[in-house]
Amino acid sequence: MTKIVVAVKYVPDATADRTFDADNTVDRENVDGLLSELDEYAVEQALQVVEAGDGEVTVLTVGPADASDAVRKALQMGADAGVHVEDDSIAGSDAFATSLVLAKALEKLEFDMVFFGMGSTDAGMGVVPTLVAERLGLPAITFASEISVDGDTVKIRRDGDAATHEIEASGKLVVSVTDQTGEARYPSFKGIMAAKKKPVEEWSLADLGIDGAEVGLENAWTKVESTTPRPPRTAGEIVTDEGDGGTKLVEFLASKKFV
Amino acid sequence: MSEVLVLIEAPQGKVTKPSLELLTIARRIGEPSAVVFGDADTAVLTEYGAEKIYTYSDSVYEEYLVAPKAEALAALVADKAPAAVLVPSSTEGKEVAARVALKSQSGLITDAVDVTVDGGAITTTQMAFAGNFTVAAQVTKGAPVIAVKPNSAAPEAAAGAGAVEAVSFDVPESAKAVKIVSSEPRVSTGRPELTEAAIVVSGGRGTGGDFTEVEALADALGAAVGASRAAVDSGWKPHTFQVGQTGKTVSPQLYVANGISGAIQHRAGMQTSKTIVAVNKDEEAPIFELVDFGVVGDIKSVLPQATEEITKRKG
Ligand SMILES: Cc1cc2nc3c(=O)[nH]c(=O)nc-3n(C[C@H](O)[C@H](O)[C@H](O)COP(=O)(O)OP(=O)(O)OC[C@H]3O[C@@H](n4cnc5c(N)ncnc54)[C@H](O)[C@@H]3O)c2cc1C
Ligand SMILES: Nc1ncnc2c1ncn2[C@@H]1O[C@H](COP(=O)(O)O)[C@@H](O)[C@H]1O
Repeated sequence: MTKIVVAVKYVPDATADRTFDADNTVDRENVDGLLSELDEYAVEQALQVVEAGDGEVTVLTVGPADASDAVRKALQMGADAGVHVEDDSIAGSDAFATSLVLAKALEKLEFDMVFFGMGSTDAGMGVVPTLVAERLGLPAITFASEISVDGDTVKIRRDGDAATHEIEASGKLVVSVTDQTGEARYPSFKGIMAAKKKPVEEWSLADLGIDGAEVGLENAWTKVESTTPRPPRTAGEIVTDEGDGGTKLVEFLASKKFV
Repeated sequence: MSEVLVLIEAPQGKVTKPSLELLTIARRIGEPSAVVFGDADTAVLTEYGAEKIYTYSDSVYEEYLVAPKAEALAALVADKAPAAVLVPSSTEGKEVAARVALKSQSGLITDAVDVTVDGGAITTTQMAFAGNFTVAAQVTKGAPVIAVKPNSAAPEAAAGAGAVEAVSFDVPESAKAVKIVSSEPRVSTGRPELTEAAIVVSGGRGTGGDFTEVEALADALGAAVGASRAAVDSGWKPHTFQVGQTGKTVSPQLYVANGISGAIQHRAGMQTSKTIVAVNKDEEAPIFELVDFGVVGDIKSVLPQATEEITKRKG
């Protein structure tokens, strides 16, 4: 019986016009949110692990009230239960505070493995998994593009910049998965119906024994001074190929001294 | 002047260009001290400004992932109390940086594309929302730990003292949990590095899997070859070629997108390129919103003609 927790984040839709609020935090009000697409891969891999044997998947999210949408989506995909940590003082937290809340929540949950996405699609730094592992003193096998689980040993392929590694760890551990692991499933009609009956727990900071002064925008270890939209690109010249498209392209490149 | 610790990456002993960029950036803050795990060419580190070079030679750093380096670097930070710690914003660099920052209770900035210093205050520049926003930030707690992207500065030679100090550090057993079972170094394509190249020529689903024309154009221009995720997912190019949110971020002088529609996740990796050119047979393709010059046409006829024309001009 393998118990897996998957940490998932509710993020503004990347295909919408994302922007910042006056306090330089991500605008989460005016843009529709969803389960971060990169976390769907983590949910998928966790489901595949329990389907190959015996186990259960719990999704864990830290976020505002609407973040329950992300939990629901994961439940529709097939996860068994959800935990949603919500508290006004968490708003604007940095990666350190987020990892603290996740680590405290994980201490309350029973698990063998905790899966993460490779990075959140909003202000993603890709460091929360490693920070949670550091806080809990657990091995972290991160950026898996291929996973194999054998008993309590997990082996992954990790495509680094300079080399591809095969790495391995055993026991209770943290895994993060990339979008190379393979398509995530869509919720089936049956999955959508079943999700309605699955248990979701709501926890506050007090439930986790965290002081509000340890989290939130005011207590972040970094401060965003300004956010500036990039000036729109000036409209370029578009030509239609009439047998001379390649030549015209080179004429342009030559005018810019690339040729 | 205070010390700035710079984590050096040197696969097979060869110091990477981004590592030299970090040494250049470090000199804006204080005196650069290079931190090297394994072998590295110390002469080049000295040439680019390293005053000190801390070396760690234990094989444990190659046998286990991330944690041993983080333990060693955090101990060095505690010992030297540097003004800042700079690391390459690579997969491993960011993870080491995060753990070092947490252990030393210091704020962390990842994916910086610039670092400026004004009256001792260090400000970083990052791109947000697929490159649609520029963000200026500062660390407010501890000595800043900053992970810097490739191409954030031009490496400038400036001879340092280059005093080598071999550090012996007892890596705790708890950091030896994630074993590197096998390691396959990336084979060079013979073309420029994607993240370092002045020109990148990319291909997408529109190539139909045949990159011959894309590569011929790249070679005529002396460019690196890139790919969209659709091309990578189809198995036409390895993941190391991928440009975009979950691939590489490139910011070359010239980016040429061929048979790529221009999805937001692809833009995230290339839209800060100085000049953008696209060839796509669909005039409605969103990539055309970004371009300085675009050709609506089939890459199968446009690219060979362009390559031939370039070769002709070169004489
Ligand atoms: C979480 C997430 C992360 C992602 N990360 C990335 C990433 O890092 N990088 C990335 O690239 N994508 C990424 N994507 C995928 C992205 O959304 C697009 O699906 C992908 O970029 C499309 O690749 P494409 O442009 O090659 O293919 P398509 O969108 O299919 O476009 C192909 C284009 O080729 C044109 N074409 C076809 N034949 C020809 C021809 N003969 N001559 C000229 N033009 C032709 C077509 O008109 C079309 O515009 C990500 C998606 C998600 C959800
Ligand atoms: N607020 C959150 N709630 C739950 N999981 C999160 C949260 N933020 C980040 N994560 C997890 O950590 C991963 C990396 O996030 P990040 O470091 O923000 O890029 C994500 O893919 C999620 O799995």
